[in-house]
Amino acid sequence: MELLIAIAIGSLTAAGVYLVLRKRSFAVVLGMTMLSYAINLFLVVTGRLVIDRPPILQGGAASYTDPLPQALVLTAIVISFGMTALVVMMALGAFLEGGDDRIDMPRRDLTGADRKPPGGTARPGHRPEGGA
Amino acid sequence: MSPVLIALLPFLGALLPGLMVRAGRGAAASACAIATGLALLGLCLHIPAVMAGEVVATRLPWMPQIGLNADFRIDGLGLLFGILILGIGLLIILYARHYLSREDAAGPFFTYLMLFQGAMTGIVLSDNILMMLVFWELTSLSSFLLIGFWKHLPEGRQGARMALTVTGLGGLAMIAGMLMLGQIAGSYRIGDILAARDAIQASPLYLPALVLILIGAFTKSAQFPFHFWLPRAMAAPTPVSAYLHSATMVKAGIFLMARLWPVLAGTPEWFAIVATAGLVTMIVGAVIALFQDDLKGLLAYSTVSHLGLVTMLLGFGTQSAAVAAMFHIVAHATFKAALFMAAGIVDHAAHTRSIARLGGLRALMPLTFAIVAVAALSMAGIPPLNGFISKELMLEQATLTGAVFAGLATLGALVSVAYSLRLVVHVFMGPERDDYPAAPHDPGMGLWLGPAILAALVVVIGLAPDTTAGWLVGAATSAVTGQAQHVHFALWHGVTPALMLSVAAIAGGALLLAAWVPADGLRRALPRADAKALFDAMTLTAERWARRFGDGLTNGSMSRALAAFMLTAVICGVAAWETGRAGPPVRPMLPVQPVAAVGWVMAMVAIGCTVAFHRRRILALVLVSIVGLIVSCGFIYLSAPDLALTQISVEVVTVMLLLLALNFLPKRTVLDTGNLKRGTDAFIAAIAGLGFGGLAYAIMRRDFAFPSISGYMLENSYKLGGGDNVVNVILVDFRGYDTYGEITVLGIGALAIFALTETLLSGRSAQRLRHWVHDMRRAGDRHPLMLVVATRVILPISLVVGLYIFLRGHNAPGGGFVAGLVVSIALVMQYMASGFAWAQARQNIPYHALIGLGVLAAGVTGAGAWFAGKPFLTSAYGYFSLYGIEPFELATAMGFDTGVFLCVVGAVMLALNSLSRIARAAGQRVNVRPMDIDLTGGRR
Repeated sequence: MELLIAIAIGSLTAAGVYLVLRKRSFAVVLGMTMLSYAINLFLVVTGRLVIDRPPILQGGAASYTDPLPQALVLTAIVISFGMTALVVMMALGAFLEGGDDRIDMPRRDLTGADRKPPGGTARPGHRPEGGA
Repeated sequence: MSPVLIALLPFLGALLPGLMVRAGRGAAASACAIATGLALLGLCLHIPAVMAGEVVATRLPWMPQIGLNADFRIDGLGLLFGILILGIGLLIILYARHYLSREDAAGPFFTYLMLFQGAMTGIVLSDNILMMLVFWELTSLSSFLLIGFWKHLPEGRQGARMALTVTGLGGLAMIAGMLMLGQIAGSYRIGDILAARDAIQASPLYLPALVLILIGAFTKSAQFPFHFWLPRAMAAPTPVSAYLHSATMVKAGIFLMARLWPVLAGTPEWFAIVATAGLVTMIVGAVIALFQDDLKGLLAYSTVSHLGLVTMLLGFGTQSAAVAAMFHIVAHATFKAALFMAAGIVDHAAHTRSIARLGGLRALMPLTFAIVAVAALSMAGIPPLNGFISKELMLEQATLTGAVFAGLATLGALVSVAYSLRLVVHVFMGPERDDYPAAPHDPGMGLWLGPAILAALVVVIGLAPDTTAGWLVGAATSAVTGQAQHVHFALWHGVTPALMLSVAAIAGGALLLAAWVPADGLRRALPRADAKALFDAMTLTAERWARRFGDGLTNGSMSRALAAFMLTAVICGVAAWETGRAGPPVRPMLPVQPVAAVGWVMAMVAIGCTVAFHRRRILALVLVSIVGLIVSCGFIYLSAPDLALTQISVEVVTVMLLLLALNFLPKRTVLDTGNLKRGTDAFIAAIAGLGFGGLAYAIMRRDFAFPSISGYMLENSYKLGGGDNVVNVILVDFRGYDTYGEITVLGIGALAIFALTETLLSGRSAQRLRHWVHDMRRAGDRHPLMLVVATRVILPISLVVGLYIFLRGHNAPGGGFVAGLVVSIALVMQYMASGFAWAQARQNIPYHALIGLGVLAAGVTGAGAWFAGKPFLTSAYGYFSLYGIEPFELATAMGFDTGVFLCVVGAVMLALNSLSRIARAAGQRVNVRPMDIDLTGGRR
């Protein structure tokens, strides 16, 4: 079982790293999610594999699994949600402001030239009906 | 009053202007004045004890492990400087109240001023050099804010930057020097260091420590060659100049030299560096001051010169020279603060500070003239004013040191007489002019009272030096030299060499002023070194190199930087593995269970497919959530039910979040990388995966190298924390402080998201959003009947489930985190099913407030432990019974967990809410009823 879990962690890492190295923001978000899975799993298994012995105290139980990595990972999961949300918001903001979802800093940003509007989705002069 | 409170009062006062400024500038100034006055009163109450030779000290352990303690002491030196800082501070507050114009923001100004005052008071009352360094850096920062207070003036900004750069760099050097000093003495307490003179002077580290500390002191006190920042700082409002450059900031370096005088002074190195630097500064400053056209510039360079004088006296290293130095500090503070304030009055009245455009103000501003005349004559060293006494003392010490020093000191004094007289003659004497930029007149009492008090002091100290200042100077000198000093000052000592030199200096100075016009012509003909140009060139070069270095490292390509990071991580990991020692893989492997194997195969397929199809974004999202689900199941398998609960609920909110975001992002990723790039990335990914997986395998096959601390947690979870769920007890009790930090981070993240949304909803992107056309057709029934009904039925049930999970958290899987997520999901479901506007109208909860409330609740619960005399976040628990239900447990940890719960709900909802607001801005129609049908079918 240890080998299978190690392979799963390795695959999650590899997939995560590959996606993080893409040039578009959404892939990077997916990659970061994958990497969080890998790291959280890794942290949990540093307490070694223990089956069916959750760290809930009860009379008669001989031993429990290591609770410390679990406590670490629990907050890590929630924080990684916060991080994902922030990154997604930044990606969205960059797309709305800059017109594309590349993550590299374009050279034209350094020279200050103007950027083009979002790729084909916005038609100036057209206003949707309704609205608040 | 405790010395701690005295040092703290100005900081407390700094909070007041922000609260009071709505009631007007007067209220803000009064609040500051009260805080300052209280601190001054508290300090003065210690005068009898200090005069009796006591050192009032308090000790508060802060980080005793590294020798950092909040130790304060009041001895003669601290008393002298404290009275100067707080006393002149009081006058400055009065002056500033009337000086600032209506456009100036009085609130920030007084806040900065009080911060600065607190930092200075902290320096002079510190009994621990590490803490003194903290205050030292604070003076650099707060003076930066004060000097650059007029943000619209480029000179103000440049001057502030230069002051910060020079004094900040000096501060860095001083930190190194102070650490060395502490190392040699074996303690960072000033009391201990002062007792370790022999050890320090015998140490090989003495010279480096001395040089580094002196760099700090010289930069702060504007000693040559670091003097150039001070005149540039004159772009500050005049109250700032009067405070910083007469009594306080520039005296900090002097104070430090005096404070460490017993251990550092008296060696040839000390004499060579300090006395020489002081002498050169005195002469250079005086000569430049003589030719300044700006009133404040003249005063600034004269300050440089006088600081040089005090430094030189300290450099002599004799006890009588120290007496002279202390006396001159008092004298200089009185006359220079008065002069600066008077310069501000002239500027205020005549709308110019250029000496060339002034003159003949004697009859127009008689009161100001009187103040300036008294103060300037004191600066020139004319009897019977206090400047005469200190100048005599200085010349006497220079005569004792040697002919060279005597001659050059007299030269310095001579030039000083010339510029002091010039201040009177060129500004106030001469014929009245008719081309002043504004009609000069004497100001109201608020402006002249402060300098007038100081001018009166100048006279009184001169006439009765022993009764007015002698005792204080004596106490200060006793503290500096470490031996009780009984000082005696007098105007008349008989005909001494010092008197002869003094007379020569006055006569020569008057002659020099008479020949000012030809002298100025001569100076113009000579080449000059401009320190500012030099400084600018240096900073530009440093910036250019930093830019070159930074650009060389990264070209703006994120994936390149990340690839470099990944490779570095792998290389470090391999190196650590190769050089470290790991035991043999002794743990037996667990057998593979069929269900686990099936889950594993599914996960691997999903991972592979995610990578393969990641460009089809919605599909990739589905695949990732499959991986997440299996990871959650894996947590159950690995005996981690809490994690499984958390992971699965986070999974739900993450998918919702990404779906909402995908609404606006392209649904497909364009293929824009070549085969080579993808191949390289795949290679990097493969070795990263191999490395991390291999490491996981290696760890799992080995036993713990050291006994784990988890045993303690398991054993004491119930005994100390009162809970059976060890993970929850660790979160809310054993490691509660970590959790407290984490919910704060989560809250900050959510607030950042909110702020980003605010930005996006204004400006260019808002315009784009208004004209947004969705690239996918929308469903006709946006709010399907089935979903609406189902979520409404489920809402109360899921809220109860959330409550249940929260309550059981201490003893069974659950707790604030999971409960918060479950409740958020229940609420978000309403948004999704019934529409944002409809749901918002019915659950108008301010989510930011929820985050704040959560952090507060957790903090208050933690602080509650203080009242029981326990450390922060210690929890207590007990069993209670109510009629009708069985006994149940209540723990204070529950209050903390409530904080966690509120924070998580607030953060998750704020994040999702922000995305919904963007959707609304993009023209999503607002429904008034929970169910509606879009008859256009998404076509428009």
